[in-house]
Amino acid sequence: MVRIPLTIIGLYICVVSAFSQTPNELDSAGYKNRKLKFEEVNFVTSYYHQEGNNSAVTGGIGTERLTDVSNTFDLKLTKYDSKDRLQNYSFELGFDVYTSASSDKVDPSTISSASSGDSRIYPSAAWTITNEKKGQSFGVNAAISSEYDYLSFGGGISASKNSKDNNRQVGIKAQAFIDQVSIIYPIELRPSPYSSKSRNSFSSSLTLSQIINRRLQVAMILDLAYQNGFLSLPFNRVYFTDNSLLVEKLPDSRFKVPIGFRANYFLGDRYIVRAFYRYYQDDWGMQAHTANIETSIKLSPFISVSPFYRFHAQSAIDYFSPYQTHNVSNEFYSSDFDLSKLESHSGGIGFRAVSADGILGITRLNTIEIRFDHYNRSTGLVSNIISLHAKFK
Amino acid sequence: MKLLNKIKLYLLLFVMVFMTQMSCAPVKEYQKMYLNDAEMELAMRKCEKFEMNFQLYREGASGANGGKTGGGCGCN
Repeated sequence: MVRIPLTIIGLYICVVSAFSQTPNELDSAGYKNRKLKFEEVNFVTSYYHQEGNNSAVTGGIGTERLTDVSNTFDLKLTKYDSKDRLQNYSFELGFDVYTSASSDKVDPSTISSASSGDSRIYPSAAWTITNEKKGQSFGVNAAISSEYDYLSFGGGISASKNSKDNNRQVGIKAQAFIDQVSIIYPIELRPSPYSSKSRNSFSSSLTLSQIINRRLQVAMILDLAYQNGFLSLPFNRVYFTDNSLLVEKLPDSRFKVPIGFRANYFLGDRYIVRAFYRYYQDDWGMQAHTANIETSIKLSPFISVSPFYRFHAQSAIDYFSPYQTHNVSNEFYSSDFDLSKLESHSGGIGFRAVSADGILGITRLNTIEIRFDHYNRSTGLVSNIISLHAKFK
Repeated sequence: MKLLNKIKLYLLLFVMVFMTQMSCAPVKEYQKMYLNDAEMELAMRKCEKFEMNFQLYREGASGANGGKTGGGCGCN
């Protein structure tokens, strides 16, 4: 008699436990956390200093000394929605401070004019939705940048599609910047009051990336960019052959076509070769070639050093001439050496440490990277920049 | 017109190189040990962000490297 209730109780427990297992198994197999999840925070800071003697503010002569401290802080969050699509949210805040000797020459009668030292603040936000099963993603972004004499509003959309084997990706991007330039002329040419003019930039980008084999992947990027509006800088002086003085005048539209090629190769077990080449052409008459090569050497699975070298060569725009060589009959004129015929060589070294367990006793510090670059331009401009990147996860 | 012809030439080159890549042998997910290394990413490093900004201002050419091709002042 006792066996019957015990058997019934035993069967009941078996049935209950059997049913109770079912949802648990489903949970472990199919459940995805749909709460907003913290992914990472990145902090990037840099110190930049340059010296040169071809300032556009003083007509292509004079000091180009400039010091800049730039910082950005970005936050990335993710969540899965009800259709199992991954949603990425990222927010960035940038803040730069600079001092520029040439800007002080906009109004040399003041010891330190407002533009001789300025700051720029630039928040941005981006949202991307990814369907991992279909290998598709779509994103939108918006950005604002504000400084003393310049205000910029930007926005864009992007989309990408992976091949079935995830070996190939096609991406497209469209971006627009609607900017306002405050017209601050050099003091001797300054009308009153100040006004502002618009500058609009539109660009589209097509990216094709392909895995070639287990160690090599390549990407090609084609951009088409169009700018219109006020494309000169109002405080750049131009001195003519007859010693007369005007401010820089450039066409009100510019069409740019850069095409880039990137290849990364893992050599042996310790070396990664990263190569980049770009050809550039625009309708102001500039053609340029840029090549960059970097080799990362893994000292251990977590630490690497990366020496790099970059070369750039460009022709001058049709409207460039140095100090006192422009003819007054020219329709457009500039003495900005950034737009002149030049070659530049730059090189340096990067150091990178990665650890899932934390670095320097900080548990959440996942990556730390330091990079130094020395830049030398054929016009005599020399600059140095040191950057630090810290990633917290 | 000259510029347009050049653009066409580069677009053609772009497509041709891409077509040749179509024949690449597929690499399975479990074979991507080297490709998944963080330094193999086909993009500039975060640490290069400001370096690229200054190159953009100190040189006339820009774009095709993931950075912006317009906007911002670059006044100094």
